[in-house]
Amino acid sequence: MYAVEVKDLVKNYGSFQAIKGISFKVREGEVYGLIGPNGAGKTTALRILSTLLEITAGEIKIYGIDLRQKPDEVRRIISYLPEDAGAYKNLTGRSYLKFIAQFFAEGEQAKELVSRGLEIANLDKRIDDKVETYSKGMARRLLVARALMIKPKLAILDELTSGLDVINAQEIRRTVKLFASQGTTMLLSSHNMLEVELLCDRITLINDGEIVAEGTPDELKERYGAKNIEEVFVKVVSE
Amino acid sequence: MSSLSKIAKKEIKELLTPATIIPIIVIAILFASLGNVFGGVGDQLSEPPKIALINNDSGLLSQVAYAVLDQGADIVYEGDNVQNALNALDDEGGVSLFIIPGDFTSDILANRTGTIEAYWVMRGAGILDTIPGSAADALLDNVARAISATLITYDMSDNASIILNPTQLSETTIFKGKEMVGISPPTIAGVISQQALVMPLIVVMMIIYAGSIVITSMGTEKENKTLETLLTMPVSRTSIVFGKLLGAAVVGLIMAAIYMLGMGYYFNSLMASTSIDLAQYGLTLDLLDYVLVGISLFAALVFALALCMILGIFTKNYKAAQTMTMPVTFLALIPMVITLMTDFDTLPLAAKTLVFAIPFSHPMMAIRMLMFDDYSLVLAGIAYSTIMALVVMFIAVTLFKKDILLTGRVASAETTKYSRWPLLALMQRMFTKRRR
Repeated sequence: MYAVEVKDLVKNYGSFQAIKGISFKVREGEVYGLIGPNGAGKTTALRILSTLLEITAGEIKIYGIDLRQKPDEVRRIISYLPEDAGAYKNLTGRSYLKFIAQFFAEGEQAKELVSRGLEIANLDKRIDDKVETYSKGMARRLLVARALMIKPKLAILDELTSGLDVINAQEIRRTVKLFASQGTTMLLSSHNMLEVELLCDRITLINDGEIVAEGTPDELKERYGAKNIEEVFVKVVSE
Repeated sequence: MSSLSKIAKKEIKELLTPATIIPIIVIAILFASLGNVFGGVGDQLSEPPKIALINNDSGLLSQVAYAVLDQGADIVYEGDNVQNALNALDDEGGVSLFIIPGDFTSDILANRTGTIEAYWVMRGAGILDTIPGSAADALLDNVARAISATLITYDMSDNASIILNPTQLSETTIFKGKEMVGISPPTIAGVISQQALVMPLIVVMMIIYAGSIVITSMGTEKENKTLETLLTMPVSRTSIVFGKLLGAAVVGLIMAAIYMLGMGYYFNSLMASTSIDLAQYGLTLDLLDYVLVGISLFAALVFALALCMILGIFTKNYKAAQTMTMPVTFLALIPMVITLMTDFDTLPLAAKTLVFAIPFSHPMMAIRMLMFDDYSLVLAGIAYSTIMALVVMFIAVTLFKKDILLTGRVASAETTKYSRWPLLALMQRMFTKRRR
């Protein structure tokens, strides 16, 4: 069974077609990257997969569950981290993790989720400070912790490390790799080609709402005669 | 173009959006229509009051009184039967029955004040409802002056006190089937208005407080980018909507309770200064009445919150949320103004329909209605408000499942000519689907 099966997905905003019939499959436990220029349709695709936006046409299955028919069931097994996500500013980091955990488990199990979240966030004493006092890096670590502490079957991560410094970005990538190795399927988008190359088992390149290339980083580099994914990206987009 | 005008142009463009203009236009139209509701008052003032007269005295001074009343009023009944007189007043829309007793002239000539019995037919407890009665009341002053003039002209009395105040009034007010002896309509209207003013104020304050909580909550969720996370959690949209409404309702009710306590003290002190005890006229509320007022208030609150939730769906951020409560607040101000000025029963049909259609009207009117055991309108109001609250909640939950919540746009396979008007586009889409 595939973790994600997208078939002929179309998304219209009024007369504007943001996604023009894309299809791809993500295997269980895979780290799968969606890359493309701004406005290519990456975030729209991730939002649809996260049950946030309606499907205009096409079919999506998450671990065999039809997303259009059973969005509530899909929500039980996914976790979505939006690009510019925030947390409730009046809560402390710990209270925020507790608030989220109670939707997925009760009692001791919920405590376990929170303690895993605390470990991922790694904010030491600052975890008991209000979120509004956090730096961008701290807030992002808290949100990554929120997304992964529940050990979702599928984590959908939009611009995982956008706006973060090298140290914070590296730490978050390490966490993602760790959880992927423990079985969580990762579907991520990023503008950072180095990050994509480092993290992803397979990559799909989207341009203007269409898939223009797909494969492992090595396959893509070989196919386009490029040294790295950044070169692949430039070549594909400018074609 | 100067820098100043460039900035001003940009600001105007940002601020003058359909979302800000349309509610104001709608409210302006509604308030303009209020002019028709109150416009009839001027006509009533220019017409002579309609009265009934029973004159049991054949003496000279009763003839003087009759002449004054005949000149200043439209006498719709003359006879000797009180019930027939009241029926005639009902039929003709009259305001008062004056009874001149058989010993009216002889009493005055014997240096005793002549008594005129007045039955006031009160149709509403609003400020404007007492105006026709006041015109008739003024006629009695004219009667007293004419009798004084007669006494002086024909040298019929040497008692200065009687010459100055030859008549006295024995009043009975009839309102919604209750006969209240010794009290005039303006006094009743004044006391009832003082009491009934609390509820409209509570309703308006609750809408402002609780409504802004809901809208601001939505604006903040969007601005802080927490809404997307919330929507991808294993929680049904219905639970999210109801959870937000419940939270705001609880806070709104707590605020209303605190406000009510303060207003309670204020009105108690106000009531203590008046000599009228409405309880002696049976104008009190029992436990069931209070429960009904509470239910009516709760239904209106839920309606308001669900309406604010819909407005919150269209808000983009915290700043935009601040102005969104305005249309709902104005919607509450309309019945507040109308019910203070006039009674529901005395409104023209169009105005009645408007007032009934606004769910906020019902708790505002409930206390006054229940004081006079008028349960039918209160129960109908509760039923209507509950249905409206459910309908608006259903719309809110439906909108929560749509793209419009996040994008402000309606996702559709078809091109829509209303793409800049999200609500219209959504309606167009729903309608098109239904036709298919």
